[in-house]
Amino acid sequence: MIKHLLSGGDLDADTATEILDTAAEMATVAGREIKKLPALRGRTVVNLFYEDSTRTRISFEAAAKRLSADVINFSAKGSSVTKGESLKDTALTLQAMGADAVVVRHPASGAPHRLANWVDGSVVNAGDGTHEHPTQALLDAYTMRARLGRLAGLSVAVVGDVLHSRVARSNVLLLSTLGAKVTLVGPPTLIPVDIAGALAPGTDVSYDLDSVLPNVDVVMMLRVQRERMNDSYFPSAREYARRYGLDGPRMRRLPEHAIVMHPGPMNRGMEITPEVADSPRSTIVEQVTNGVSVRMAVLYLLLGGNNR
Amino acid sequence: MAYPPAARPSPPRQPSVKVILASADVQRVVDRIAHQILEKTQGAANTVLLGIPTRGTPLARRLADRISTFEDVVVPVGVLDITLYRDDLRRHATRAVGPTELPSGGIDGKRVILVDDVLFSGRTVRAALDALNDVGRPASVQLAVLVDRGHRELPIRADYVGKNIPTALTESVKVTLAETDGTDEVKLYGGALS
Repeated sequence: MIKHLLSGGDLDADTATEILDTAAEMATVAGREIKKLPALRGRTVVNLFYEDSTRTRISFEAAAKRLSADVINFSAKGSSVTKGESLKDTALTLQAMGADAVVVRHPASGAPHRLANWVDGSVVNAGDGTHEHPTQALLDAYTMRARLGRLAGLSVAVVGDVLHSRVARSNVLLLSTLGAKVTLVGPPTLIPVDIAGALAPGTDVSYDLDSVLPNVDVVMMLRVQRERMNDSYFPSAREYARRYGLDGPRMRRLPEHAIVMHPGPMNRGMEITPEVADSPRSTIVEQVTNGVSVRMAVLYLLLGGNNR
Repeated sequence: MAYPPAARPSPPRQPSVKVILASADVQRVVDRIAHQILEKTQGAANTVLLGIPTRGTPLARRLADRISTFEDVVVPVGVLDITLYRDDLRRHATRAVGPTELPSGGIDGKRVILVDDVLFSGRTVRAALDALNDVGRPASVQLAVLVDRGHRELPIRADYVGKNIPTALTESVKVTLAETDGTDEVKLYGGALS
């Protein structure tokens, strides 16, 4: 088993499948009266969050607690980071406190990779800049497998702000490992040149959402990340929504069985309309539920045994 | 003048293998445990059999099958995976988690009979009791094993024992079953040299 989970590309097909299978067992715990397993008793998991997050932090916290680990939550706001402490010094502090795993979210791409060299414990990337978010890709893959029964051969469209999306990068890497075919869709300004070939050969790029929709099993809408945008990538929100937003009429052009995903948080009315977000095809709430099971599986497989 | 005989070459040093139960014996033993369960539980009403993977699972199914043949009662069968409750998780590489499948009626208020192939240190059963505690509240818990080889490290005993095998700690007992290994057999591998 791997020691860190930094990238969707860290996982080969067998390991990724093992995580998804373990997550399926972890999911049964959520249905019990006692939602607790003793597997990580006495282990310490630190949630190190330099960026705002609701679902990912809570999801990791719930996952660690259900496995009986001790959880320490750290957010940059209100910590010594505001006094100028560096990531390395913070990491060494955590190390001195005996953290067995560090779950890190950071605005700088690559921060978890650096962290992995500084601490003895396992590092889990919970989103770094515009780079990667591997547990999101795992929970997306889990959700697709749960809804559609398989991953190999699925056709997945990832739509929107690919440029700033760590979710898109991790999903392309993981889904292509698991045999799905990904098409990146968005305005040319928001899809980096050559990204498809650089991440995973076989990935397609399209600038026309309407031509892609009738042939896909999964549409994954990405959030338009205004906070990371320093330029005008498209003329107006209205125009973006017209060309790349998923609304009711577009959804009805999807094949009967196709599902609609969104990693959250949503900009309702921008990349997705409420009609679509709240429709039975939408898996947005399931994704959150599955996130806890998948993160339990990741933490168990990284920390459960003697993998040092 | 007679010479003393030359020292014989010592036989090749290899551990001995002894078949304790052959295929037909295993079936007889399972039949007997099924009868004992029926006798001790007065007809196996309100009873659930939970197999502990790997080989407890097919044994539990066989017991339920025999019980239904002998007395025409259907005993629900389930699987209880104990991986996450083991006390040696950290001493080994991460173990794969298997499925836990409880019968649809659940186990609350039932008589649960745990089924495993070999009873040795008792640690597996301890883990199973902990796991059971998290999935429900049975009225009572009993234990059925195909083989008891002794050397308990915890205060645990079986209610139904197929075969008691006195062993040395250096020996090992290996159960194979048709469902998982192709044949029904119980073998004792000698740690001591023959």
